[in-house]
Amino acid sequence: MNRTRLVAIARKEFLQIRRDARSLYLAFMLPLLLLMLFGYAISFDIRNIRLAVLDRSRTAASRELVESFESSGYFTVVGHLARAADVDRALADGHAKLVLVIPPSFAAHLGSGRAAEVQLLLDGSDANTATIAQNYADAIVSGYSTRVTLRGRSVALPVRAENRVWYNETLESRNMIVPGLVAVIMSIIAAMLTALTIAREWERGTMEQLAATPVHRLEVVIGKLLPYVGIGLFDVAVATGVALVIFHVPFRGDVLLLAGMTLLFLLGALGLGMFISAAMKSQILATQVAMIATFLPALLLSGFIFSIGTMPWVLKAVSRVVAARYYVSVTKGIFLKGVGLDVLAVDGLAMVLFAAVGLGLAIRVFRKEIA
Amino acid sequence: MPRADVVTVRALTRTFGDFVAVDDVTFSVAPGEVFGFLGPNGAGKTTTIKMLTGLLRPTAGTATVAGRDIAREPGAVKRQIGYMSQLFSLYADLAVDENIELFAGLYGVTGDRLAERRAWVLEMAGLTTQRHRITGELSLGWKQRLALGCAVLHEPPILFLDEPTSGVDPVSRRSFWDLIYQLAEGGTTVFVSTHYMEEAEYCHRLALMNRGRLIALDRPAHLKRLLDHPLLELKTDDAPRAVEALRGLPVVLEAAMFGRSVHVLASDRDGAFAAVPSALAAAGRTCEALRVVEPSLEDVFVALVRREGGARAG
Repeated sequence: MNRTRLVAIARKEFLQIRRDARSLYLAFMLPLLLLMLFGYAISFDIRNIRLAVLDRSRTAASRELVESFESSGYFTVVGHLARAADVDRALADGHAKLVLVIPPSFAAHLGSGRAAEVQLLLDGSDANTATIAQNYADAIVSGYSTRVTLRGRSVALPVRAENRVWYNETLESRNMIVPGLVAVIMSIIAAMLTALTIAREWERGTMEQLAATPVHRLEVVIGKLLPYVGIGLFDVAVATGVALVIFHVPFRGDVLLLAGMTLLFLLGALGLGMFISAAMKSQILATQVAMIATFLPALLLSGFIFSIGTMPWVLKAVSRVVAARYYVSVTKGIFLKGVGLDVLAVDGLAMVLFAAVGLGLAIRVFRKEIA
Repeated sequence: MPRADVVTVRALTRTFGDFVAVDDVTFSVAPGEVFGFLGPNGAGKTTTIKMLTGLLRPTAGTATVAGRDIAREPGAVKRQIGYMSQLFSLYADLAVDENIELFAGLYGVTGDRLAERRAWVLEMAGLTTQRHRITGELSLGWKQRLALGCAVLHEPPILFLDEPTSGVDPVSRRSFWDLIYQLAEGGTTVFVSTHYMEEAEYCHRLALMNRGRLIALDRPAHLKRLLDHPLLELKTDDAPRAVEALRGLPVVLEAAMFGRSVHVLASDRDGAFAAVPSALAAAGRTCEALRVVEPSLEDVFVALVRREGGARAG
């Protein structure tokens, strides 16, 4: 590899990116846009679920139950219904997601030590919210039930689970999403950026001119990658800053470890993009293939949103070759758990492999055209 | 004692599937020569140039450029040559200076030599005052001169130009050829393909290609003697009708419009002088003048291509 030629290629690529509005947008605007969009939009935390109450008991006991729903923070009482007939309307027009029906016999049954039943009616048209609301409501009702049972007595329950959540103490789904998001965005941007770079040269005929010079394909690939590696590292730094400052995501690990892993991942992803670009030789085709090859797997099979553990075995197997999966695990590990290379060894190895494969493919694909 | 040939081509062949793009071509080029490659589209000119510049591997045959084998040492060949392709292929989004710096870097031209060569290229291309302009904004003539400049930054002994002037206006074309001569006088061997006849006349030697085969190779003046039938020039009041009237005659091998007159290739001179005026009179056309003329390169080219079975369709 000759340094003069390498620098000439890298400098030319840098100048071209600087003059190309589309590349600048992809490099600097899209990552921030995606980060904001996903960071704010994706949240599995459900708060202030709209609750309507049909209290036919109208006793201190029933009011205490309603009160425990409200004070949980998960529910907001949006209405007190007068008649059973109102229940249907409250759910149908979306006024309430959940209706709590307390029968007239509620207080009497409680007083006499018999089981008192309450009814929870859920709007199942949004199954995700309904399931979560049901879990919250069950927990509140059983908590209330325990309090009633123990009232006036000083017995301890035989078994009591003391829950403490580690790494994401407040169970903010944003803390879980944003570090993974940094990884997903990088895999999209990296492949999209380089998808254009070679195809453009084929379309404009400049590749042939390059091929007629003594330049080696290693110099073309590495020279072209250098500016993009710089952009990628800059993007990750900015995304990390946004995660910390705007989304208040904790960062417990080693910055240098993240930088090193990011570099490996970028080399692989950029190389893959370049391979796609060189194989397709058309900007439009290369962009589409890059999207399908990177965006979808990174979004769906990386464990970023959907837990890999609960996937069917086929998808589990496929996810093993999705490089973003390992990078997501790395960013989550470094951001939230503060773990080091001892824990991330397997992921690190996967990154090294990915970088080697990506670069290898990119260099190999030119073997016919450039010496 | 003449120096060794800088380009030697032996039975060079290239096929794409069943299609024979270049078919058993053999020739050589002497140092300092302006060597022309003439032929219709699809004749195999570009494919031959791509093989000689190390861009394409031959299917069969051998060739050396500057003493290096094109198949075994394409890298070494590329260091010895400059290449300018058919399409404008500098970076349109880079400034003039930036293109020069890129190719200087790729050819290892640095430091003082770069400063000197850059000044020379800018001067030669007439772009000294435009050096900071984006290349894509320049007119085609300027772009071509810049492309030529970038191809000779490293002062290669051999320069390959593949239809360098296609689409360029005649004045720019003329000044481009002045540059080619300037380079040849400086000792550079120039290998140029074209389909412009008047450009072909500028070449020291000319190779005619058709259907992948080399059908003639000589100096332009000698090529014109290849036409072994007399060529007559006819001046008439209505050239298209005259061509129609003459085409059926046994003595006329070929009749074609040539500017406002008609060129007639005859199987025998005296027979033509007898038959042509009477045929015109029968068709109601006048024969203002009829004389034997020196064939132009175009006449030779058209006749040779026809003898070889015509040009490839498309």
